[in-house]
Amino acid sequence: MVPGNDDAARDEGRRVRLNQVVPRRHPGRWVAVALLAVIVGQVAHGIIVNPNFHWNVFWQYLFAPTVMAGVGWTLVLTVVAMLVAIVCAGILVLMRDSDNPILRTVSWLWIWFFRGTPLYTQLLFWGLFAVLFPRLSVSVPFGPEIIGVPTDWVVTAGVAAILGLGLCESAYLAEIFRAGFRAIDRGQTEAAQAIGMSRGRILWRILLPQALRTIIPPTGNETIGMLKGTALVLAVPFTLDLMFATSAIANRIYFPVPMLMVAAFWYLAITSLMMIGQFYLERHFGRGQDFVRTRHV
Amino acid sequence: MSDQAAVSLEGIHKFFGNFHALRGIDLTIAKGEVCVAIGPSGSGKSTLLRCINQIEVVSAGRVRICGTLQGYDERNGRLHELSPRAIDRQRRLTGMVFQRFNLFPHMTALGNVIEGPVQVKRIPKATARSHGRDLLARVGLADLADRYPNQLSGGQQQRVAIARALAMEPEVMLFDEPTSALDPELVGEVLDVIKDLAASGMTMILVTHEIGFAREVGDHLVFMDQGTIVEEGRPKQMLEAPKSTRTQAFLSKVL
Repeated sequence: MVPGNDDAARDEGRRVRLNQVVPRRHPGRWVAVALLAVIVGQVAHGIIVNPNFHWNVFWQYLFAPTVMAGVGWTLVLTVVAMLVAIVCAGILVLMRDSDNPILRTVSWLWIWFFRGTPLYTQLLFWGLFAVLFPRLSVSVPFGPEIIGVPTDWVVTAGVAAILGLGLCESAYLAEIFRAGFRAIDRGQTEAAQAIGMSRGRILWRILLPQALRTIIPPTGNETIGMLKGTALVLAVPFTLDLMFATSAIANRIYFPVPMLMVAAFWYLAITSLMMIGQFYLERHFGRGQDFVRTRHV
Repeated sequence: MSDQAAVSLEGIHKFFGNFHALRGIDLTIAKGEVCVAIGPSGSGKSTLLRCINQIEVVSAGRVRICGTLQGYDERNGRLHELSPRAIDRQRRLTGMVFQRFNLFPHMTALGNVIEGPVQVKRIPKATARSHGRDLLARVGLADLADRYPNQLSGGQQQRVAIARALAMEPEVMLFDEPTSALDPELVGEVLDVIKDLAASGMTMILVTHEIGFAREVGDHLVFMDQGTIVEEGRPKQMLEAPKSTRTQAFLSKVL
């Protein structure tokens, strides 16, 4: 493997007569393909020509304005709630690993609470937030108010939905992030300390990029879960998302099945796009480890 | 006198819980000296190195590098803990090479070498890169600057790790069993680099099991057992005529 010898090695490699191998046959694969083709054909036929699916209604409403708006709102809820969750989870992980016992305990309690209660219940609670706390104010404890606003100016249905989804998710993400950091060898921190890097810089330059490699696949899972979790926001009630939009139309036109298919189509379309994005993220953070140029001659 | 010493250790003790890992270590290493520490596993050699660059905090005693007390500020006979920032700055006095390399896997060889200069010393990236390439050339890896650690052999990785430590221009280099994780055929290339460094006048403390190498490059040999320095002296004399029975017993097993 002396670099200067590469050319000589390559020339020599060309002179080698490679083994001529008759590939092994796989008849079982063809049997499996035939069987599956029959089953898939049967099912597809049963769905496509089935009048109960009302495909004309499906096509009619697939790009309907309220459906498209629903797609947009679902995306907004997913992205913003996920951002809230990622920021909170980042803070929670730092607190969990800090030297300060109070911060550690608060982090633990947060995860305990938001992971331990159902999302639906939390969304109902956020919907009732303005009723429970009519005014949001900064005041002297048990004393006079300094500044305040009516809660429903701030915690609108959309904000309630985002807080409900995001805070609940932050608890799960915090655990995923913690696992990601734990998977890194202690030697990485020691090596970084040895060249005089500060704690913050070690976290940002050395640990985070390596942790992200393990954090991204489960976070992709969570993001897809969040996308579908937005269907629960009618508990707030928030009534503009994709699930509510399609079921509202279904109730109006008495065709539930094609409208469910419309919703399913869009959820699947968004999930597919997210998976593409995830592929590129994984490739970026797997550099040097999962995605390295192999050194073939 | 301690102003002359590159490293001086006075009465170092280290406890891990109830385990007494270092039991009163006194050691002075002059500038340009190559000090080699040998001894059985668990004798505290690695712990001693880790105390010198403050990866571990000593339980008792004083560590001085070039006369500066490490980790603390001593005022009116009391020790005051330094800020993390000050400790990070002190760590730049020492470069450390680890048994298991600990290269950053998400950075290329050159990326590993320039990380300290760019992030810690704030040297412009272009300058750091050209200096980094020089350092990689010095350890014989000029062609492999853009490879990731996973694409390098163990010996090549350890040489990158040495270049990474040198990039911070430390006063003292600490080697913690630098060849113990290597295939036998790769040990030589790493030892050659260390030998060159010794010849260039770098102060070094080397923990190793390579007794022959210790004899060849060491100025100062230290035999440790159970957290104490049992015997120290000139390598040749000590290896040929060890005074302590414990040293004799150890050497009879490894030689």
